[in-house]
Amino acid sequence: MSIATGQVQGVGQSLLRPDGTLKVTGEFAYSSDLWLDGMLWGATLRSPHPSAWIRSIDVGPALAMPGVFAVLTHQDVPGVKFYGLEHKDQPVLAIDQVRYQGEPVALVAADHPETARRAADAIVVGYELREAVTDPRQAAFDPACPQVNPHGNVVRHQPVRVGDRFTADVVVTAEYEVGMQDQAFLGPESGLAVPAEDGGVDLYVATQWLHVDQDQVAPCLGLPKEKVRLTLAGVGGAFGAREDLSMQIHASMLALRTGKPIKIVYGREESFFGHVHRHPAWMRYEHGATADGMLVYVRAEIVLDGGAYTSSSPAVVGNAASLGVGPYEVDNVWIDAYGTYTNNPPCGAMRGFGAVQACFAYESQMDRLAEACGLSPVEIRIRNAVSQGSRLATGQVVDTPAPLAGMLRELAAMPLPGPGSTDLRALPGGVAQTTHGEGVRRGIGYGVGIKNICFSEGFDDYSTARVRVELLGGEPHVLVHTAAAEVGQGLIMVKSQIARTELGIDRVTIVPADTTVGSAGSSSASRQSYVTGGAVKAACEAVRERLDKLRAGGASLAEVLAAGPVEETREYRHRPTFPMDPVTGQGDSHTQLALCVHRAVVDVDVELGLVKVVELAAVQDVGRIMNPLALEGQIHGGTAQGLGLALMEEIQVRDGKVLNPSFTDYLIPTILDMPPMRLSILENPDPHAPYGLRGAGEPPTLSSTPAIAAAVRNATGLALARVPIRPDDIALAGSALAG
Amino acid sequence: MADIRMRVNGSIEKLDVEPRVSLLDALREHLGLTGTKKGCDQGACGACTVLADGERIVSCLALAVQYADRDITTIEGVTSPLQRSFVRHDGFQCGYCTSGQICSAVGMLTEHAAGAPSAVTGDLATMEIELTAEEIRERMSGNLCRCGAYNGIVAAIEEGIR
Repeated sequence: MSIATGQVQGVGQSLLRPDGTLKVTGEFAYSSDLWLDGMLWGATLRSPHPSAWIRSIDVGPALAMPGVFAVLTHQDVPGVKFYGLEHKDQPVLAIDQVRYQGEPVALVAADHPETARRAADAIVVGYELREAVTDPRQAAFDPACPQVNPHGNVVRHQPVRVGDRFTADVVVTAEYEVGMQDQAFLGPESGLAVPAEDGGVDLYVATQWLHVDQDQVAPCLGLPKEKVRLTLAGVGGAFGAREDLSMQIHASMLALRTGKPIKIVYGREESFFGHVHRHPAWMRYEHGATADGMLVYVRAEIVLDGGAYTSSSPAVVGNAASLGVGPYEVDNVWIDAYGTYTNNPPCGAMRGFGAVQACFAYESQMDRLAEACGLSPVEIRIRNAVSQGSRLATGQVVDTPAPLAGMLRELAAMPLPGPGSTDLRALPGGVAQTTHGEGVRRGIGYGVGIKNICFSEGFDDYSTARVRVELLGGEPHVLVHTAAAEVGQGLIMVKSQIARTELGIDRVTIVPADTTVGSAGSSSASRQSYVTGGAVKAACEAVRERLDKLRAGGASLAEVLAAGPVEETREYRHRPTFPMDPVTGQGDSHTQLALCVHRAVVDVDVELGLVKVVELAAVQDVGRIMNPLALEGQIHGGTAQGLGLALMEEIQVRDGKVLNPSFTDYLIPTILDMPPMRLSILENPDPHAPYGLRGAGEPPTLSSTPAIAAAVRNATGLALARVPIRPDDIALAGSALAG
Repeated sequence: MADIRMRVNGSIEKLDVEPRVSLLDALREHLGLTGTKKGCDQGACGACTVLADGERIVSCLALAVQYADRDITTIEGVTSPLQRSFVRHDGFQCGYCTSGQICSAVGMLTEHAAGAPSAVTGDLATMEIELTAEEIRERMSGNLCRCGAYNGIVAAIEEGIR
């Protein structure tokens, strides 16, 4: 990777992270590092039960403890007692009942974090246990099942109906499951709430979307929005888990009650209960095709368990339905996608957002179909691949480049790694191997993913940027101010690069994100380079236009700026999207679609069930490369999280209770698990997007999972219809290739 | 409470801590050195890695009183070419693991220079172990990076040792 060293590092160059020096010296202030003299520590008492009535809460023992300043329950919520991204159905603190293990019940503020924790533990809650609803299909389809949510147990049912031919020469049918994945950011939920003199609160927090936090926090505090001011603190990873609120309202309530700054930091175990997860999915797919492998129809039933509260489940269901057949041309589609309420942990946004689960199923189906038709996995995908002009299952026509067939050809033509070594150190399991490698088999698999970029289904999706050019020390200087959350993805570079490119000025400062500028929307849906990038570009263009007018008489930039700064604020919106028809699922629901394809090479010890991913190769079309170095990082990172879902990551839930809320029991890929990658990055511009770019962070998370699963199947001959694939699934199944 | 002294980043610090306080909490909450991160508080993620007399340790599993009169270096006290190469090769995204990664890499290089083999070292008789990508991966495998910047981390360390 080349690193740009020129003067003006604009769009397309590997501008290094302006926050990089702070991050490698330990000076970058994450939300958990914030500190104010005189601050108190907040702690949250959570329900140990997945479903129970609350018959009593005795806060007396907690209040009596020295060092405790406040103990709050739902009766102390100053305003609206519920919040939520799509439906305001989640209580700030449990009211009379709890619906999931870990639901917040009471809050404590104390002068020491351990005092706060001990005081929370001293609160006596009288629970009357109920049977937990934990089977999402029973929740959705059994009329006798207790209602978890007052609106019923189905969050959303989204059908897709196209065509009427549901017979074919070749039919493959299977059921698939995807386990509950955790975002597992390394920097747990944390922040600092500071009471203000005007009766409001200043909140410093790690989040993905400052303004949607503000929209939810202010009503619960009974305050007008302008009295709830948010500033982004350093974010230790997000991946969807910071789209919902965690400690924001709680810390603010304690701050307003005590009149002191309140810091709340979750520990790792609490973090597993402090945010939503990726929806686990049960999916039944039926693919029909001609004998030569041309798709005739796809039928699918997709059940996504949303857990106790709504979060973003409706949009997740929309993605699973609209992208449920993948990037393939098929004239007859019958999909029913459901999101359910249960007493399992709440699920919502995680990188890939509904498209991940469906992708595992439809790609597994394409492999089955390939086998049934006697075709290679690559060939059957090429034969059915969408391209520009194709009609998706929703009726939406792909109106920008979508060179999937070419991407697959390029991927298949990439060199393969050499044969596996019998050196113990190179075997799956490494030196912990107890064999001589006699059970090790090589496997190769392919995966294709299609992801919607930006918010879909008619959402008013926009971002705001304020750009100011002024003289500082006699030199022109650009200030770029947005509320967009830098969560590690590198938006801070992209904004700076756009300003440099549009204004030709090298000195650019990115103002910290806060709510004194308009909303930037969420750092999710791979959308910030597109939407906030578009807003920065538009604001820069407006500034440039004014500067050009001021300089029409021949004045220099410095002379013009000597009279004062030039500042413009712009909102940017992508092309409008439209809701899916509630009966047929038809509609132009997405504004941009992005493709990524993966090839995985694995070595599997079929007797021990150990898998080593030897190499991952990917081809992704990003429209326009904004920053090569950061882009590669996004593809590596997305791929690594897909690898985790394929082979190791699952929150194990039994009877509504999480069994493994720790990093010793919830495994995420290490540097040994993540292999080197071969990348080919294409630039087929989307004419509707700024610079022609496509969002890039999520697509690799989709396609790496099915590619790895397919490679393990290829090595073992096993069906493996569930991810993560556990060692037991291989070793105890008895491999068709073993012996 | 225990009164202890500790050299931290070159300065003698006096600490009055309960015997059960971890080195991590002592650094972060008593000395205000928040560069060292708490990711899991149980030794699984490596974000809290610091150097004790030059050896890398996970400070969340160490008691402050164990390290009385020892020489502790946190990320705030590290000056290493690795820091530049982590930035140049995008060896992080969110950066939360980075303090631990860099302290771990510094400690790893010291171990390597002393001839310490790893689980993937082939010839255990040699003192001249080449730090291949495989060696780097093995020796850095105690530090998680959820952003998945692992390939950048390997590249950064490869450049940092040249």
